[in-house]
Amino acid sequence: MLRAVNIFVFWVLMATAALAQDAPMQSVLQDHRDVIVKSSRKTIAPAIDAVATSGLAQAQQVLEAWQAKNMWLRKEDDLFFRAEKAESGLYALYDLDTGAQVGEAEKRDLKQIKPNSGIRAMLATALVQFQLSDPNAANRAAALQSLERDPSAAALEPLRASIPGEENTVLKARKERLERLLTMAYDPDDAARVTAIESMSDDLGVDVRATLNPILQARVQVFEGDIPEDLNVKAELIPGSEALSLDQAYELLVSEGFATKPLTPEDIRKALIAHIDGGRVGGVPLVTLDTDAARAAAYQSLVEQGQVVPGVTSDQIGEIVAQYQFAEVYLDPSHSVAAAAEQAMGSISTRVAAGQTLDLVLDGLSLASIYFLAAIGLAITFGVMGVINMAHGEFIMMGAYTGYVVQQVIPDHTTSILVAIPLAFAVTFGAGVAMERLVIRHLYHRPLETLLATFGISIALQQLAKNIFGTQARPLTAPGWLDGSLVLNDVVSISYIRIAIFVLALFFLVVFLFIMKRTRLGLETRAVTQNPRMAASMGINPGRVNMLAFGFGSGIAGVAGVAIGLFAKVTSELGSAYIVQSFMTVVVGGVGNIWGALAGATMIGFFQKGVEWLNPSNTLAAQTYMIIFIIIFIQFRPRGIIALKGRAAGD
Amino acid sequence: MDRSFFARNPSVLIFISLLALFTLMVTVLAEGFGIGVISTSFVKTLGKTLCLCLVAIAMDLIWGYCGILSLGHFAFFGLGGYMIGMWLMYERTRDIVVTSLSEAPLPPTEQEVIDAIGTQIFGVVGSNKFPLVWAFADSLVLQLALVVLVPGLLALVFGWLAFRSRVTGVYLSILTQAMTLALALYLFQNDSGLRGNNGLSGLQNLPGLEAVPQATISLWFLWASALALGLGYLLGAWVMSGKFGSVIKGIRDDEARVRFLGYSVERYKLAVFTLTACIAGIAGALYYPQAGIINPAELAPIASIYLAVWVAIGGRGRLYGAVVGAALVSLLSSWFTGGLAPDLPLGFYTIKWVDWWQIVLGLSFVLVTLFAPTGIGGLVDLWNERRAPDRHGADLGPDMGSLREKEALE
Amino acid sequence: MTTLLEVSGVSVSFDGFRAINNLSFQIGKAEMRAIIGPNGAGKTTFMDIVTGKTKPDEGRVLWGDKSQSLLALNEAQIAQAGVGRKFQKPTVFEDQSVADNLLLALKKPRSILSVLFFRPSAPDRARVAELAEHIGLKDEMDRKSGELSHGQKQWLEIGMLLAQEPQLLLVDEPAAGMTPEEREHTTRILVEAAKTRAVVVVEHDMEFVRRLDCKVTVLHEGSVLAEGSLDHVTANQDVIDVYLGR
Repeated sequence: MLRAVNIFVFWVLMATAALAQDAPMQSVLQDHRDVIVKSSRKTIAPAIDAVATSGLAQAQQVLEAWQAKNMWLRKEDDLFFRAEKAESGLYALYDLDTGAQVGEAEKRDLKQIKPNSGIRAMLATALVQFQLSDPNAANRAAALQSLERDPSAAALEPLRASIPGEENTVLKARKERLERLLTMAYDPDDAARVTAIESMSDDLGVDVRATLNPILQARVQVFEGDIPEDLNVKAELIPGSEALSLDQAYELLVSEGFATKPLTPEDIRKALIAHIDGGRVGGVPLVTLDTDAARAAAYQSLVEQGQVVPGVTSDQIGEIVAQYQFAEVYLDPSHSVAAAAEQAMGSISTRVAAGQTLDLVLDGLSLASIYFLAAIGLAITFGVMGVINMAHGEFIMMGAYTGYVVQQVIPDHTTSILVAIPLAFAVTFGAGVAMERLVIRHLYHRPLETLLATFGISIALQQLAKNIFGTQARPLTAPGWLDGSLVLNDVVSISYIRIAIFVLALFFLVVFLFIMKRTRLGLETRAVTQNPRMAASMGINPGRVNMLAFGFGSGIAGVAGVAIGLFAKVTSELGSAYIVQSFMTVVVGGVGNIWGALAGATMIGFFQKGVEWLNPSNTLAAQTYMIIFIIIFIQFRPRGIIALKGRAAGD
Repeated sequence: MDRSFFARNPSVLIFISLLALFTLMVTVLAEGFGIGVISTSFVKTLGKTLCLCLVAIAMDLIWGYCGILSLGHFAFFGLGGYMIGMWLMYERTRDIVVTSLSEAPLPPTEQEVIDAIGTQIFGVVGSNKFPLVWAFADSLVLQLALVVLVPGLLALVFGWLAFRSRVTGVYLSILTQAMTLALALYLFQNDSGLRGNNGLSGLQNLPGLEAVPQATISLWFLWASALALGLGYLLGAWVMSGKFGSVIKGIRDDEARVRFLGYSVERYKLAVFTLTACIAGIAGALYYPQAGIINPAELAPIASIYLAVWVAIGGRGRLYGAVVGAALVSLLSSWFTGGLAPDLPLGFYTIKWVDWWQIVLGLSFVLVTLFAPTGIGGLVDLWNERRAPDRHGADLGPDMGSLREKEALE
Repeated sequence: MTTLLEVSGVSVSFDGFRAINNLSFQIGKAEMRAIIGPNGAGKTTFMDIVTGKTKPDEGRVLWGDKSQSLLALNEAQIAQAGVGRKFQKPTVFEDQSVADNLLLALKKPRSILSVLFFRPSAPDRARVAELAEHIGLKDEMDRKSGELSHGQKQWLEIGMLLAQEPQLLLVDEPAAGMTPEEREHTTRILVEAAKTRAVVVVEHDMEFVRRLDCKVTVLHEGSVLAEGSLDHVTANQDVIDVYLGR
């Protein structure tokens, strides 16, 4: 019997020794068997680390099997295996070291290791370093992405190790960039970190700023005596200064347990209510307690009776705070790293500001081109012909709805937009001509009545659109190739739709100039504008010219409608949202001049974007300020930016 | 020239008598003191209509007489409403808060009361602090003064800027429209201090008069509105009947001529603009307690344009025209859009007036502008057979006075 | 004779075009002066400058005994200082009666409040009646001025200017479109007016200028070409070149 025991012990010892030699992975797992079986997120970390850092070739497969819940424990000898359900219903067991099948087992003889989602995430992180050298490029890319999203100190070494072997140049660049970021954050050598930070100090990437921010993070700390030398102090703070008010300092003391909370009026009220005694508190009648002073007095009398503790007065706060030292301390212990990071952040911030300015300019430019598109038709009807068309906004809306209807008929977005633009022009051209013939013709030289009559048409058209299309917004989808944006870097980007609108605006500017300067219609229009009687006697039919010019202006409004519909919601109110801005554009720019409309649109677009930038949460305020600005602007240039001077301007 | 003011303006006496008769009839027929044929809500509608008539008179003075098509007078109207609404809401919330706090174990301090009111009023916009604009909200007298002062001051500043830079005609109209839009957008913000797009509500309840039924209060407001309308009409008629009216009509017809006669055109315009803004503010202050709620949508530019529509349909340049237009169109509008008008079946399609009224209004407005520039008031001329003979060189009305018929037709 | 208005070295240009070029001009109290010149000579612009409608780029415009500069004043202030202007087209308030038109022009305080509470007194009405008689519109006092004939409107406008009691009257082509009898009447009114004040008449019609029988200033390309009696200037070779030469 004793012998048998001896043999058994010997056998076990031999087995363990053999295990360490022949089955190193099994041995590592056996060392952490308990925590692996327990499968608790809090305690599992050493086990995962042990496997990951074992340096064994099998580590990756083991972690993957573990993560996929394919690792099982054989109950009879507590050995770990990878198991798969075979066709026989039994589980096929594979050795974790060799990967060879070593037998089959009943399910009841096995215990599945079931890592929860937290552990699986940890396993995934641990796996990243193996995947970084995975032969499959897609896997490497996925691993990189996962690491970029969730960088860790542990990944730094494997990442470095994987760089020389990387063949894919794109991935190699990404790896090198990530390596520098990880070096900045995690390298144990301060000098290496400083070098990495300095090398990245002209990079605008969001990832660089995201890496620098934790390094720069600092926190206000309170010290009873002198500030310890070994801390990486950003600045010493004096309570009562701008950086740290007395109350903030005291609050910090309270939260650190160095002081008691000051009494608020609310505390006093609660204490008084708690000690009401037959209509009195501390001997004071309740009815008199309707001022803070009376309440404080009542509280004081409670203090004297020993029923409550005295509160801290503001004088005392000052005294208490004066006994402590306050300092802002970097969370990162290295002074040189923090200094380098501050410098890098400063230089990056300057570049970011420059980038943002550029971005703002691009934004302003695209808003300006929208306003210009919306206003160019008005510049013709209002500026050149002196006719005010309040229904201009509704023509924009008609254009947008035309685009929507075309999309219902032609499902292909590219084709439908190409069809919609000329069709919208035709529809609104027709509407404009009809309106000119039926209404405006009879009201020339009565501008205020034209304004009112066209307003009547505007409310009728708006309601008509509501009756036909309903009140909910209709989609007008841009073709796929207009999705997305042109990204210059992490700060500056501009969407393709806006570029398209800018191009469209330029196109119409050129078309307008061409028609006005190079065609018979333009010549006749200019003639009729300047002297209708003379033009008529030269054989020009002013009625026809006015009609065509009006139709042309309205047609452009329709095209603008299609463009605006691509990024705004198509509703019956679409036009009225743009009409005031369009008028402002024409008025600010200077009436009777296409360059005026351009200048006005540019100014209004930039101004609005500028105000929005100063107060980003509030686009309504931006519009308010813009209009106030315009009213004041009119004071200095009553005839707009580009004004006709002298007698030609008329009075 | 020896005749008295009333003899020269026969419409004033007729109008005031009709207004008095109307008020008396409504009082007799209403629930508050009379036989209860007219519901309280309809009394309120009538009272509101009287306020709209008053603001239409203001619009007629500035547009029909002075020739300035202001698209901002409904903004002044709304501002007047906001000013009185602040007091109504503050005092009423105060009553509620004091009642609820009186049950607390300790009597509330002044600060606690104010904080509680602030939480009640501004909780909806995520704040509990009183903005600066509410500084006088606890004083009825001061808020009543603001009803006139705020629209008046805004009109004064805006008008001064606009008139001194000689902005006229459609430019001025567009500029006033921009002003209205700016104001409405500002009030739409939550941090404007006037509860953003929630506006002010519960204005129909008069603080301290909870015991008085709405039937009675509605009649009080009807009387007040009628009185204000009567006084407004009288003031308008008086101002426009004398030499001042002569100057104003002169400015409408030929601004430069008036200027070369030595009158400071800008000051006269500013005076009329400001005066009418104040009248609009008063009208708004009487309107919104009857409506019960005011929000920034009320100030949107479209409302001011409707005001112009009323005056145009009623007939510009005559005060009764403005009143008739405002009353008729606003009552018809609420009848049609309120779903009271019967649907019109056409066999293939049924016209629902709720959907189609706007279209009818818009088109009829175009027709009036085209074919009946004198509006409904023109009918009075026909009836009086006072219609001026067709003559060469007749003026075309307020807008292009200096252009004669012949030139304008070209 | 003392100087009432002195314009010296005035220039103004619109978009590079020099409408008035170093123009100097003066007129005394109670003097009649005719200004003639071809189209584009700057006659109307000259009046615009004196009445404050156009501000000159350079030069001085001095007024009255105190030599006050008119350039600092606006149109209404200049009119109140005593400069009356009649436009080329008759501009009267067509919607208002002849009497109202004259009453509006009557020399009275122009401030808002005094106008608001103004009620015409007996002397005011008498003055209006007198003016109406003077311009031959006594029977038309209660008619709307829009119903008047073209000539009557011209007279009404001159009447309004006289009601203003200006020291200087600027009249732009008063005789255009009038019948010979109407011209006769217009001439009489202007000559009568010039007895007590300065009158400047801008006119194309030489015949009408001859009737006025006064000193003539010829403008050409924005400056004074010749000055003197009508016979004197019509004998001037420059004037002949300008008028007949092309």
